[in-house]
Amino acid sequence: MLRDITIGQYYPADSVIHKLDPRTKLFATLLFVISLFTFRNPVGLGLAAVFMASFIWLSKVPFGYMVKGLRAIVVILIITALFNLFLTPGEPLVKFWIFSISQEGFISAGKMAMRLIFLIIGTSVVTLTTTPNALTDGLEKALRPLNAIKIPVHEIAMMMSIALRFIPILVEETDKIMKAQIARGADFESGNLIKKAKNMVPLLVPLFISAFRRANDLALAMEARCYHGGSGRTKMKPLRYQKRDGIAYMIVIVYFGVMIAVGIWL
Amino acid sequence: MNFIEARKLVHEYIRRDEEGNVESIQTALDHVDIDVKPGEFVAVLGHNGSGKSTFAKHLNVLLVPTEGTLWVDGKDVTEEENLWDIRKNAGMVFQNPDNQIIASVVEEDVGFGPENIGIPTEEILKRVDKSLKSVGMLEYREHSPNKLSGGQKQRVAIAGVMAMEPKCIVLDEPTAMLDPNGRKEVLDAVERLNQEKGVTIILITHYMEEVVRADRVYVMDQGKVVMEGTPREVFSQVDTLKKYRLDVPQITLLAHELRQAGMAVPKGILTRQELVEALCQ
Ligand SMILES: Nc1ncnc2c1ncn2[C@@H]1O[C@H](COP(=O)(O)OP(=O)(O)OP(=O)(O)O)[C@@H](O)[C@H]1O
Ligand SMILES: [Mg+2]
Repeated sequence: MLRDITIGQYYPADSVIHKLDPRTKLFATLLFVISLFTFRNPVGLGLAAVFMASFIWLSKVPFGYMVKGLRAIVVILIITALFNLFLTPGEPLVKFWIFSISQEGFISAGKMAMRLIFLIIGTSVVTLTTTPNALTDGLEKALRPLNAIKIPVHEIAMMMSIALRFIPILVEETDKIMKAQIARGADFESGNLIKKAKNMVPLLVPLFISAFRRANDLALAMEARCYHGGSGRTKMKPLRYQKRDGIAYMIVIVYFGVMIAVGIWL
Repeated sequence: MNFIEARKLVHEYIRRDEEGNVESIQTALDHVDIDVKPGEFVAVLGHNGSGKSTFAKHLNVLLVPTEGTLWVDGKDVTEEENLWDIRKNAGMVFQNPDNQIIASVVEEDVGFGPENIGIPTEEILKRVDKSLKSVGMLEYREHSPNKLSGGQKQRVAIAGVMAMEPKCIVLDEPTAMLDPNGRKEVLDAVERLNQEKGVTIILITHYMEEVVRADRVYVMDQGKVVMEGTPREVFSQVDTLKKYRLDVPQITLLAHELRQAGMAVPKGILTRQELVEALCQ
């Protein structure tokens, strides 16, 4: 399951979306995510789908790649859908034992599922077309005003980019430890949930120890390369808005306006 | 003037219990004197726990001396205002290639150091180009470090240090986690930097074969410098080295045993070629 996480997995390609400023993409994602919660009818859903699809098409990332990200949230998706399905009050359609499914429940489960799917696919368009560093750079610059209220924006951005770099390494390590423990007779498959959780201990302890050791090494290496926080730092790839970013902003704002309008009047 | 000058350098690791009382003191460096001239290639040898890493960390002010003095590039390491100057001029490469690469793209990692010391953008790009080229990794600049081999990662790490244009590079067992191929790649890159760019090299290692390339060798044991000299001088004392639980290079050992068996082989043979010549006289 860990391997299915596509967040932070850059897909290199030469597309307009790849070339957009990360801040533009972050802003677009934000509006897109908000817009997902404004629609109440199929028109809005359709609009969001068209908007998303055109971005995917422009990004030249294979669609299968985007959908892979969904695998990681299948469980959440099913649980959310089930809750909505059974717990929404209304005229019952189907009834058995203490459960009943209403038409409203059906619709709201469908809506919720679509929202989650769109949310994941929409955000993976950004993570697939932006290098993690560009992404954190974008976040850092976009959120810089928060420095005024003593939020350590640079440090948070640095933490995120390091986390993104180490996710694949730790995943690989988990795999290795798992195999080593299985070879020693550990069992990660059988038993109920509690037993399974207990069985994770021989996996988690070495993983944590190694993660701390890595963190310590990395901190030393960063210090050795004169890292001393965000002040006085220059950028190898400074962010500069281009004309295409302006156009993208306009498209996204128009889309958002339309979505709001559709949400209110339809 | 010496680039590095350690005089009676002492470092103690002090372990304290919860109340802050001293629980144990581990003397990792015990009155160490080491000199390195600019442009020199110096190797530091020693068994596990002999204090090599502790010494290396002093050169980059990741640790400060408990006693004694240490000058790096003519600057006293104990003075706070020298800190960034020293770190910039004495780059450091560590053992584990994964744990010292910060960015997810090779060129961004190489740019990390110059960014930290406030180099302007165009200059950073130039330096990244130059240092990747100097370790032969230019064609990988857009790659993810995760997909590189150990030797390649280590060369990226070296490029990351080179991009800060240091006068000296300290490498703490840079080849310990590599296969023989990776080891050779890294050492060739290091040797080239030393010979072509005149960068002072301090190589800390376990592998005797790597030491042969150095101008001078220090051998440490239990926090003390116990031997010093050219590789030839040091390796001619096979028995003393054995006392410090160090092996000599295979060829040197062979020559040593041949001589003990009564053959006329000179002391301190370092390479296969030398042994062949000595035997064919
Ligand atoms: N952070 C620490 N706290 C306490 N003791 C330490 C610490 N780091 C090292 N030591 C001790 O100091 C001594 C010297 O350690 P150091 O790491 O410098 O040796 P080394 O020569 O680099 O060994 P190796 O070949 O294993 O890398 C060892 O006895 C070690 O146990
Ligand atoms: Mg060490």
